[in-house]
Amino acid sequence: MHIPDGFLSTGVSVTTGVVAAGAVGYGLYRAREELDEKSVPMLALCAAFVFAAQMLNFPVAGGTSGHFLGGILVAVLLGPWLGELVIALVLLVQCLGFADGGITALGANVFNMAVIGTILAFYIFYGIKTILPKGRTYFLASVAIASWCSVMLASGAAAVELAISGTTPLSVALPAMLGVHAIIGVGEAVITVLVVGVVLAVRPDLVRAYDYQQPIPRFEEAEVG
Amino acid sequence: MEARKKSILIFTFAGLAVAIALALIVSPWASSSPDGLEKVAEDKGFIEKAEETDPAWGSSPVPDYAMPGLEESHPALATALAGLAGTVAIFLIAWGLALVLKKKEGEAKVEAPGGPATE
Repeated sequence: MHIPDGFLSTGVSVTTGVVAAGAVGYGLYRAREELDEKSVPMLALCAAFVFAAQMLNFPVAGGTSGHFLGGILVAVLLGPWLGELVIALVLLVQCLGFADGGITALGANVFNMAVIGTILAFYIFYGIKTILPKGRTYFLASVAIASWCSVMLASGAAAVELAISGTTPLSVALPAMLGVHAIIGVGEAVITVLVVGVVLAVRPDLVRAYDYQQPIPRFEEAEVG
Repeated sequence: MEARKKSILIFTFAGLAVAIALALIVSPWASSSPDGLEKVAEDKGFIEKAEETDPAWGSSPVPDYAMPGLEESHPALATALAGLAGTVAIFLIAWGLALVLKKKEGEAKVEAPGGPATE
């Protein structure tokens, strides 16, 4: 759902750009505290994996394809702030290096996928995880639901931006975007659960949000991971 | 080298190998159908707004994930090499960025609520 140049009004580009810049700025500030010997290589791995996986468009209904977003994957592995930075970096490299997503829409794309699709979706994940019983199965169920929500919310945000820009009415854009991304979101959930499941099996200590080994902490403390 | 640190590096490079394999081997078989947003733009008749707009940044080294010079003669190879180059490049950029951002050894650790991620 990388928005190209030409779809957004100047107002929408600037507004989303300012919010995205603020979120990335705060993420950079948090990164200073959160990065350690374990998370430096993991951040690089997450960025490489998300970039590669986003190239793999899978077919969905009606001559349409979808690809992985990765917001919940990186947020579950690294926490929401480092995760946001990974997605924002992937979007920046795709935009500048591969002409994927317009540079005037970079702020909107970062807002949709790194802020909404990663940070907000992580808090949805965290809410579901807190409600559900402890355990690997419920953890992965929370990952699945949040992954689907991540894609739906990001595509919904894109539809709203298109509508505010006067590109297409919301009554047209929103159902169309949510309809196709409801299917793409299932792919997102499957891939995310597979990858998180593999990491949990191999190195559960590298899944930062998997904090069942300790008494369930409050969210702020959970980030210490 | 500390065993624990070494084991994280092994995991990281094994994961990087998987990512490179995906980008190099699987990407040429990826669906070339329009993605969700493009399809909606085509169906709802506003794709022209993007097609009529000149990209504001025209200097991408590898436009559309196809290595320049190969996209006509060897499209699958062009995509595979673009995937390889992008995956390795972003891995190095992200690692470098993380090292720059990371608090340096010896700097005072500020203990704040939800503060430093320590092992």
